[in-house]
Formats: sequence, C-alpha cells, structure tokens
Amino acid sequence: MLKLLLTSVCQIFGIFFITFLILHLIPGDPVLVMMGESASLADQEKLRSELGLDKSIVEQMTNAISQLAQGNFGTSILTNMPIKPQLFDAINNTYALASLALSIAIIFGFIGGILAAKYQGSYIDRCIINASLFFISIPHFFLGPLLILMMSIYLGWLPVSGMEGKYAIILPALTLALGMLAIIIKMTRNSMLEIINSDVVRTARAKGLGELAITLHHMFRLVLIPLITIIGMQFGSLLSGAVITETLFSWDGLGKLLVTSIQTRDYPVTQACILIIATSFVFINFLTEVAYRFLDPRMRH
Amino acid sequence: MKQIALAIILFWTCSLIYKILIGFDSSIMEVDEILVVPNLTYWFGKDDFGRDIYLRLVDGFINSFQIILCVTLITSISGIFIGVLSGYLGGRLDQVIKFVTTLFMSFPGILLAIAFAAILSPGKLNLIIALSIGGWVGYARLARAQTLLVKEQDFVKASQIMGSSKSRTVFRHILPALSTPMIVEATYAVAGLIIAEASLSFLGLGLQAPEASLGGMMRDSVRYLLASPHYAIFVGASIMSMVFAINFFGDFLHKFWGIKDD
Repeated sequence: MLKLLLTSVCQIFGIFFITFLILHLIPGDPVLVMMGESASLADQEKLRSELGLDKSIVEQMTNAISQLAQGNFGTSILTNMPIKPQLFDAINNTYALASLALSIAIIFGFIGGILAAKYQGSYIDRCIINASLFFISIPHFFLGPLLILMMSIYLGWLPVSGMEGKYAIILPALTLALGMLAIIIKMTRNSMLEIINSDVVRTARAKGLGELAITLHHMFRLVLIPLITIIGMQFGSLLSGAVITETLFSWDGLGKLLVTSIQTRDYPVTQACILIIATSFVFINFLTEVAYRFLDPRMRH
Repeated sequence: MKQIALAIILFWTCSLIYKILIGFDSSIMEVDEILVVPNLTYWFGKDDFGRDIYLRLVDGFINSFQIILCVTLITSISGIFIGVLSGYLGGRLDQVIKFVTTLFMSFPGILLAIAFAAILSPGKLNLIIALSIGGWVGYARLARAQTLLVKEQDFVKASQIMGSSKSRTVFRHILPALSTPMIVEATYAVAGLIIAEASLSFLGLGLQAPEASLGGMMRDSVRYLLASPHYAIFVGASIMSMVFAINFFGDFLHKFWGIKDD
C-alpha cells in the first residue's frame, strides 16, 4: 500500500516535471513564440520577467512548486487574469460530463453484459455483441457528428452543441459513453460466462436460490472485481475522449480549454490543464488499485 | 465479417495502386461543384472547395500511413530493444526500466502526444515525434514479458550451456521468438495510430491546411454537417472502415499464430 502511494506521488512529480519542461522545450525563445516576432523589446522583457524566465531553471522550478502548493496556477498570458477560476469552471464542466458518461456506460454496460451472457448464443446476445463491436471501433470524432445528425438534425430532439439548457449535456455524454459502454459489455459478458459454470453458482443453485438472486448476489459481485480494473483503465480514454468531444460540442471543459490554450499559445493555461488532467488520471489509477485490493481479499498479499 | 474486412482492404489497396500507377491530383478545385452529393463520377461527393472527397481521402491515407510507418519503426525498434535488454539482463536496469514504463503508462498516450504537438510547431516530422514519445511503452512491456518466458525455455538454456554468447542468444533465439507477438502488437498499434493521428489533426495539431489529412477533413466536414452530411459521413466511415479492417487483420494473425494472451 505504501509502495503504491509512493509510486503515485512519484508519478505526479514526474508529470509536474514534464509539464514544467514544456515551457523550456519550446524550440527557440518561448517569449518570441508566444508574442510573435513583431513584439517590442520592452514587452518581451516584461513577459520574460512575468514568466520568471530570466531566472535560473532551479530557481524557476522551486518557485513553481511553492506557487502550486499555495494553489496558485499562475496567470493567463491572453487575459492577464489568474488561471484558477477559469480552470475550476472547466474542471466542474468536465466533471459533470465525465460522470454522466461514466454512469451511462456502467449502468447499461452491466445490464447489457449480463443479458448477453444469460442468453448466450441467442438473438439478443448476437445483437448486443455486434452493436458493441461497432461502438468499440468508432472514433469519437465520427460518433459525435453521427449522433448530431441523428438526434439533432434528423429527429430534432436535442441541441446541436453549446451549453444552454439542461439537455445540452446528453449528446456529448453519449459520445463519450458509447465506446466505453461497448467495452464494459464485452468484459462483463466474458467474465459472466466464466462465472456461470463456477462452483459458487452451482452451490447457490443447489441451495435452491432463485435465478435473480443468483445473478445479482453471487455472479454480479464476482464480475465486479475484474471490471473495476477495466473501468479504471477506461478513465484515461474518457479524459482523452473528452478533449475531442468537448471541442466538437463546444463544451467549456478542460479538454476545450486545453485545445484553445494551445491554439492561442497561452502556455501557462496549457501547463495547468495538462497537470490537472494527468494528476486526476494518476489519482483514479490509485483509487482503482485500492478498491481492487479492498474488494478482492486474494489481492491483499 | 471476414468478407467485409477483405473487401475494405481490397478497396483501399486498389485506390493506393491507382494513385501510384496512374496518379491523380486531389487538390483540383471546381468552384461550381462545391459540396456536390455523391454520384457516379464522384463516388464520395465533393468537399467545401469542390475537391473530390474520395481522391483526397486516398491522399490523406497515404500521408497518414507515411507518418504511421515512421512511428511504428521508431517505437517498435526502441521498444523491443529496451524490453529485451530489461528482460534478458534483469537486475537494477530492469527495475529502472520497469519504473519508467509505469510512469509512462500513468499518462494517457494521446495526451502526451497533444502536449508535445503543442510545443512543437505542426508538421509531419513533429507529428512523428509527438506520436512516438509514448508509443514504445507497449512494445517494451510485451518484449520484456516474452523475453522472460523464452529465456527459461530448454532450447535457450541448452544453447547457453553449449557456450553461445549473450548476443548470439538474443539474436538467434530470443528475437525470432519475439517476432510474431510483436507483429500482432504492431498491427493493433497501427489501428490505434490512425485514430491518434486523425485526432491530432482534428484538433488542429497535425498536418496543416493544404495537405490532405484524415483528421483535418473530419474537422472541416463538421462545419458543413447541417447542409451536406455526406462529407462527414464518408470521411468518418472511411477512417472507421480502415481501423476496423486493420483490427480484424490483427485478430486474424493473433488466431493464426496461436498467440496466448498474458
């Protein structure tokens, strides 16, 4: 457990180091890259001292760490305002989007996977399998337009993009969810099929338990363990999918902020976004590992 | 399924041969044919500059595969080198390499590519660098695991007893045993790279405007989704069909060589 925590801390430091280096890896002078060749010398000097680029690297590094420890993410070059409020708004929006997508994927993934395994080889099973195969191979940037075409333009049920109204979240969340849903269905089905013929289930049947009780109480709990790992691993693709999906649907989350900041060359914002996304990824990995050990006593040793 | 995958591969291979043997210019613009819907002359219709979408897609695939070929060569060679070194020599080096791979695994690959594409200016070479940076980890992990398996087998031990050197063992016994799982891994990686490259171009971090790129076309097509949905549908479906066919080919090789999953 301690080793795990230590690795996570190391990872966060590693990520911090990489994001810190971003400013220093820019070929040529970062100040010139940010302001363009035509900027006046006084302006260049001003930005240079604002970014702390006139100090030594070690000094800059310790400065950045102490600033971060105080919860200060720096100032945006574009708006000249602190990044923090903007960043927290984006985190909230992405959080709403990701949690809805995750809920959709988990709930329908379990139901679909259990149904497919229960009626293995039947018409329902084949339908579910083929649909999930389709959604696994469809990239986010194609699924999004397809959903817009179907739900907004053809049926006219949902808004095309933007953040107005409470229904605006549905399409981006579906875009994010469907790929993950398909993977969860596939994994649930596979592990259910393994468990269906196991001793636990046979004993439960022999005790005279009903089919529903066996499915929910015995099989579901066993299926949950491998699936926690899958869901934890999927979180990474959820975050990278969010970058595409948010850009596509103009959803003001972390992903869109990241892309906009790259396009406007607002490097402090880029740095902060990457740091937040990567840290949350490490955090989720850590939680997955802990949950896994907690749920499966065999893993504790 | 098999027939569909074969048909897709055949279709794009023929298009490629057509481009190489006869050649065409996909950048010819016809102002009076902007966003023409698919018909017999223009199979996939025309785009917002009146260019043939099908021809542009072929050029996009060629660009994409040039990038992917370089990325795959760089990542597989470095990944296999690192993996075999760490698996065969073991010890402290192995520990360090294991730690570095976990560090890389903790970072979503596409995010790393986005970060590097953001630093470097857009272009083919920089796209290759951005996609290669996180790509070697998968190969290294697999190569390490396979090396550990092969190292313990009797024929390797026998040859070591007969006095073969370390480099001979690696080149004569370990690398040949690695080749099939690595080719399967590379096939899946190519499918992933098509999407990754298209995603970067979609975000505006890949190849720039006059060059044909799959993601760039997708990005342009979304703007005309309302008026001419055929643009987005044909571009998206083409990318997806390619990814599907390559994944299917990977599954086929996986079964054909009887590779066990770990």
